[in-house]
Amino acid sequence: MTDPLAMLQQTPQAKPGKRVRIVLAEQRRTRRVVRTLAEVEGQTGVGEVLVRQLIRAQLLLALRLGLLTVAVLFAIPLAFALVPSLGTASIVGLRLPWLLLGLGVYPFLLAVAWSYNRTAERNEQDFAEMVES
Amino acid sequence: METDLWAVTGILLVAALTVLIGTFGGRMSRYTSDFLVASRTVGPRWNAAAISGEYLSAASFLGIAGLILKEGPDALWYPVGFTVGFLALLLFVAAPLRRSGAYTLPDFAEARLGSVRLRRVATIFVIIIGWLYLVPQLQGAGLTLSTVTGYPLWVGAAVVAVIVIFNVVSGGMRSITFVQAFQYWLKLSALAVPVFVLLIYQAGEDAEFRDSLGAQAPPFFTTDTTVDVETDVVLQVESPMLLEATGTVDGLAADGPVYWAPGRHQVAEGAELRFSAGSRVPVVAGAPVDNEDWLQPLSSGAMPLFATYSLIVGLALGTMGLPHVLVRFYTNPDGRAARATTVVVLGLLGLFYVFPTISGVLARLYVPKLLVSGNTDAAVLLLPGQVLSGWPGHLLGAVVAGGAFAAFLSTASGLVVSIAGVLSTDALPGRVSDFRLAAVVAGMIPLAFALAASELDLSQSVGLAFAVAASSFCPLLVLGIWWRGLTDTGAAAGLVVGGGLSFAAVLPAALGVVSPFWEALLAQPAAYTVPIAFLTMVLVSRATPERVPADVSRILLRLHAPDRLGLSQDRGVARFGMTTVALPRTKGGRHRR
Repeated sequence: MTDPLAMLQQTPQAKPGKRVRIVLAEQRRTRRVVRTLAEVEGQTGVGEVLVRQLIRAQLLLALRLGLLTVAVLFAIPLAFALVPSLGTASIVGLRLPWLLLGLGVYPFLLAVAWSYNRTAERNEQDFAEMVES
Repeated sequence: METDLWAVTGILLVAALTVLIGTFGGRMSRYTSDFLVASRTVGPRWNAAAISGEYLSAASFLGIAGLILKEGPDALWYPVGFTVGFLALLLFVAAPLRRSGAYTLPDFAEARLGSVRLRRVATIFVIIIGWLYLVPQLQGAGLTLSTVTGYPLWVGAAVVAVIVIFNVVSGGMRSITFVQAFQYWLKLSALAVPVFVLLIYQAGEDAEFRDSLGAQAPPFFTTDTTVDVETDVVLQVESPMLLEATGTVDGLAADGPVYWAPGRHQVAEGAELRFSAGSRVPVVAGAPVDNEDWLQPLSSGAMPLFATYSLIVGLALGTMGLPHVLVRFYTNPDGRAARATTVVVLGLLGLFYVFPTISGVLARLYVPKLLVSGNTDAAVLLLPGQVLSGWPGHLLGAVVAGGAFAAFLSTASGLVVSIAGVLSTDALPGRVSDFRLAAVVAGMIPLAFALAASELDLSQSVGLAFAVAASSFCPLLVLGIWWRGLTDTGAAAGLVVGGGLSFAAVLPAALGVVSPFWEALLAQPAAYTVPIAFLTMVLVSRATPERVPADVSRILLRLHAPDRLGLSQDRGVARFGMTTVALPRTKGGRHRR
């Protein structure tokens, strides 16, 4: 996170009175985290739980979106096999299979990727805030 | 075939630009880290263009259009699978892999599981997969050069190998990054510009001709056409036809008019077939014959649904196991950049793949003669010259030939860098001179294979490398990143079983020595070899719980902790003999975030 303004905007839920750290020029991010790092890395109760939670959240997110993608992709050939008329249907002069596989799939994949990125980064931000607070 | 000077100029131009950019970028390469991972300073946009440039190989540039020409919409699963691979990579691998701080895939294996033995096994698989992937690239280069110039096949392969080795030796990853980013845009333009021109031209053709794509009949020749058969083929004929032939046809010597009844006809290597304008095109047996069938999905093969599913699995999971793709992720500054890079890559790939698809369809209209010779990979190359006469056709042909050459150069460069990376750090002491030596070895050996081995369809032989990658490195990475219980014994067992099975399955199918049922099962093995590999890793790891690394929690924390906590560290710098590796980071500030 390089832009301090963006950082402020992304933590609007900070309670009144809670101190917000404003970093104007992020240096090679070390010293500040050494203390909390020791706690998390030492695998003492709390740190270990936090790490496991983060990994689980990220894995569930990846699995959810992965399964969605697999379901959509696998449904396409199945639909063509079960309902052959779909294979010959056409929209605006282009055959459905061509339209779907040649064009439609890509925006879908991009959307999945984009939403993954957003959520994965939010998960990480939550974790970082818990560790740093 | 006479030499097409236009195309040769296009190819020479691309080769010269490649060497120039590579040398320019390579001037900055001094340290081992520069050579291996460009000192981890490549920002998302450059890196995404470089990854796409590297990933869009001969199989994408030439192979997909060829398969579409032959098989119709079923072939569209190849580009979809190639792209889905990056989604899988993003979801399960990208950021943690970068945060591992490893330099190569075997390095990741050792960092995660702390075993040098496992590292050696991984090294062997990196080399196998890399070479499996390099051979078709070099063969594709030979095909391109011989299509446009008539030179023998080995010339193109040798030219590509020499240029790539020169570039890698001079600058390693740093120069390759610039070269590959440039080559993505080059490849995109080289396909897109001809496609736009041809589409505009084609809109002016009469409607009946354009509608013939949906007709209940095979495609037909638009002009009198001569086809040189370069390998033995079996052709499927729908309705009785007359042609002229010289050479061995259906086992008999022919020289003059030949009558073909409906059914299958064998044509031996070296034969020349002459068709008159308007006659129907006999199609290589096994592919859909009628245009109407060709337009529909699931029209070829013995078990189309299984083959389709297995193909998706293999391509989607294989991408994350390709060493040359993974090594590019190590060049990102941090895990967030690795994620951002992957999203941009998805966009760039989706944009690119529109054009080979359109090329394949246009090729069905204009260059159906490739269906006779079976040499469908040449479709993209021959299309412009076949549609447009005079200099526009030649110019566009030159553009496409240059783009195709860029495809071989960039993919081959990436492969040679990644193979040289593991060779130099695992088999040699890891100094810069070792990297250079390893690059020469990594390029020359597949060249020898490419010259010796027979030609397969480009997309299919690349699919072979994907199947092996999906069944070996994919489980290692996914389990290594997400599962605490993985042990080095389990990982090694999974690598050997999964990688070995997929390799053993694909070979007989690739050599064409099995019946159609077995071929369908063997040619696309990923659907069962990937689960077997996962299962092996899990079961063997469960049986050896005492071998779980003691610091597994700490390692997983490093892989998953947000970048701003600063937990990620570059691996074993001392291994590479240069302790100054970290220095260049503070220079070259343009890519720092």
